[in-house]
Amino acid sequence: MTPPDRIEFRDVARGRALSRRLEQRLESAGRDVRVMHVCGSHERAIARYGLRARFPANLHVHMGPGCPVCVTDAPEIDASVTLAARGHHVLTYGDMLRVPGRAASLEDARAAGARVDVIYAATQATEIARASADPVIFFATGFETTAVATAAVLLADPPPNLFVLSAHKWVPAAMEVVARSPDSAIEGYLAAGHAATITGYGLLEPFVQRHRRPVVVAGFEPLDLLSALVVLVEQITSERSELVNAFPRCVSRDGNRRALDALFRVFELGNGDWRGIAHVPGGELRLRSEFAAHDASVRFAAELATVHSEPAAQPAMEQCRCGSIMTGRSTPLDCPLFGTRCRPSAPVGACMVSSEGACRIWHEHGARGVESAP
Amino acid sequence: MCLGVPGKILEIDGTIAVADFGGVRRKVALDIVDEPVAVGDHVLVHVGFAIRRIAPADLEQTLAFFDTLAADEREELGP
Repeated sequence: MTPPDRIEFRDVARGRALSRRLEQRLESAGRDVRVMHVCGSHERAIARYGLRARFPANLHVHMGPGCPVCVTDAPEIDASVTLAARGHHVLTYGDMLRVPGRAASLEDARAAGARVDVIYAATQATEIARASADPVIFFATGFETTAVATAAVLLADPPPNLFVLSAHKWVPAAMEVVARSPDSAIEGYLAAGHAATITGYGLLEPFVQRHRRPVVVAGFEPLDLLSALVVLVEQITSERSELVNAFPRCVSRDGNRRALDALFRVFELGNGDWRGIAHVPGGELRLRSEFAAHDASVRFAAELATVHSEPAAQPAMEQCRCGSIMTGRSTPLDCPLFGTRCRPSAPVGACMVSSEGACRIWHEHGARGVESAP
Repeated sequence: MCLGVPGKILEIDGTIAVADFGGVRRKVALDIVDEPVAVGDHVLVHVGFAIRRIAPADLEQTLAFFDTLAADEREELGP
């Protein structure tokens, strides 16, 4: 049979019905309900389809640490900029280009003459390295969804001049940090459907048990999000804490075993720093020692030695609320820099740089209809 | 970057396929997709790699799920 068109996931009648159900549940709750999603694509869908303007006033939906560009730590950016500035050919995904490190971005380095190219698919790194006689450094960023692609590239007999500078991160570890923060008022979580496509939703079971907070895996069409919110709010208001898969067309309990096997043949979990969140135990995907021959941090260790000792700059950063926003304690409207000193054309914090960042999304889609701070 | 895009498979040559993304054709690697993929299938793609074959039955299951949730409002959905 022919699969239904995507338009069915935007069906207005179903959307209205789900919206009404959400309103009823929040009305009978009679109190504020605070939930978090951990995915830039969720925030973008919420903004793009105007869902936030239709949320009941007592439903607060925060965007957590779900933007891979935003949480890439400044020293990681600095490492890529350092290698580019030293004359190496650096490849990266487009949205990393403008992210400020402590001194400069890759775009700044490119403007100064460095060789920095944007790729949209991980396989291009192999193609470019094969066609080159020089070392090619792939600054590989993103969560498990993009890390599996990097893993697949390294498992497919890559050319000897291809080196990966990994800043890949593991999302479940950051959810753990948010749930453990003592002043967190988050009562339930929407899990990112695409990350769960890789990991499987079963992986989230221990989190639900440990924190007694419901988690609902959500997709990215308006009806996916509305239905997931209905389920999540029903869990919260009836004081249940279950794990529910509301994205069954992509997500299974065990996930994509083939992709997960590839991921953990190439990477292992390590402790790392996430921008705005600080230290995240088990939050970093590091290349295993078997792949040292393709590990840029090993091959270029001498050139990178100075990166971590450079002092922080930018006094405006101190006022930036990215960290507080990503842990659900503030919204972009609470930030004194939002829309004034910090704009898409001149970002201060990482949440404004990426099209997946909360501040950028709120700035682009306007504050009308978005909630004010608690 | 972390954007999953569904595409429809047009051609397959070994582990490399060509997929249609709403009119744009791109190469898609099939190295880590969860199950065998055929021409005409839909796949979810992240940075050039298919990470999931989207089976027609799974799409139906999702629509049924929406309808269960909206059951209270069933009369509002019309015929």
